[in-house]
Amino acid sequence: MINLNKVKLFIFVFFAVALYSFSSLEYKDNDSKADKSLEAFQTVLEVLRSPRCMNCHPSNDVPKVGDDRHAHLFGVVRGADDHAGPVQMCSTCHQDENNEYSLVPGAPHWGLAPKSMGWEGLTDAELGAVLLDTTMNGNRSPEDLVKHMSEDALVLWAWEPGGERSTPPVPLNEFKAALRTWLDNGAKVPE
Amino acid sequence: MKISFKINGDQKTIDVDPNMPLLWVVRDELNLKATKYGCGKGMCGACSLHVDGKLHRSCSYPVKFAEGKAITTLEGLSKNENDLHPVQQAWIDENVPQCGYCQPGFMMAAAKLLQEIPNPTTEDIKQNISNICRCGTQPRIIKAIKRAAELNNAKTS
Repeated sequence: MINLNKVKLFIFVFFAVALYSFSSLEYKDNDSKADKSLEAFQTVLEVLRSPRCMNCHPSNDVPKVGDDRHAHLFGVVRGADDHAGPVQMCSTCHQDENNEYSLVPGAPHWGLAPKSMGWEGLTDAELGAVLLDTTMNGNRSPEDLVKHMSEDALVLWAWEPGGERSTPPVPLNEFKAALRTWLDNGAKVPE
Repeated sequence: MKISFKINGDQKTIDVDPNMPLLWVVRDELNLKATKYGCGKGMCGACSLHVDGKLHRSCSYPVKFAEGKAITTLEGLSKNENDLHPVQQAWIDENVPQCGYCQPGFMMAAAKLLQEIPNPTTEDIKQNISNICRCGTQPRIIKAIKRAAELNNAKTS
C-alpha cells in the first residue's frame, strides 16, 4: 500500500530542489551577465581614457591637444557654451572636417563636452557613475549613450583623426561591440 | 565647383576648387588684398575675417563652407573713407601699425570683440584676441581698441 505521507514528502522535496536549482541558475545567469557587462565596460574605458576622447572631456575649462595632452595654445578656454568664445570660437579655426591646407583638425560640432562630463582624474567607478547620471550626461539613457558613442560624427573622428594623431587603443568595430555587450548585459559600471 | 556668397555686401559667384582656402579666394579671385597670409596654420590671425558675423581664420576655411553666407573683410568694415568703422578710426588715431602686415586681422578681431564686449578691459582684449604682431604693436592695439570702444559708444549714444 502507498504511504501517502511519503509521497507528499517526495513531492515537496522534488519541487523544493527544482525551485532552488532554477533560482540558482537564474542567479548565476545574472552574475554572468553583470560580469560580461563589466568586462565590456573596461574595453569602453580604454577608449574613453585615450587622448582622442579625453582631450575634449577635460575636468577644467582648458581643452587639451596631442597625445601628451598639453593645454590648447592661444589661451583657449571652454566659454559659455563649451565652444570657446565669445570672440574666438572653436569654429574660428576648426571646421566640419580636417583641413588639408592648414592641417587644423575638424569634425562636425567641434567643441568640448560639457564640464559635467569632465573625466580627467576619475576612477573607473566615478567615471561610470558620471556616464550613467542623467543629470550630468545630458539626460542620456544607456541606449542614448551607446548611440552617441557609436554614431556621433565628432566621436567617430577619433578613429580617423588624420595626420600623425593616434587613434584610440581599441578598433572602432571592437569598441562598438563592447558598447553593445555592455548595454545588452545591463549597462553595469564598477562600484 | 560654383560657389555663391555675399562679400562686403556684393553678391559673387566663383568657380574654384571647393577646398581652396577662403583667403586665396578673397585675395586672388576677388582682388581684396587687405586680408593677409601669415602662417597658413590658423595660428597668427593675419587672415582673420568675418563669415556670417563670426570671426574666422580664412587660411583654415575651405571656400565651400561659405556657400550662401555673408563675408566681411577689412575693406567692407565701413562704407567709405568718410565714414570709418570706429576700429579703423581708432587705429589711425593711435598710430597703431608699424609694418602693418598683421593689422587687418587684428582689426577684424577687434571689431568682433567690440560686438561681444562693448567696453573691454585690457584683460578682455588679451584673453579674446590671440593674433600675433611681430613688430610688438600690442600696447598700441590695446589703446586703440579702448579708443574704438569710446568712439563706438559716442556713435550709439
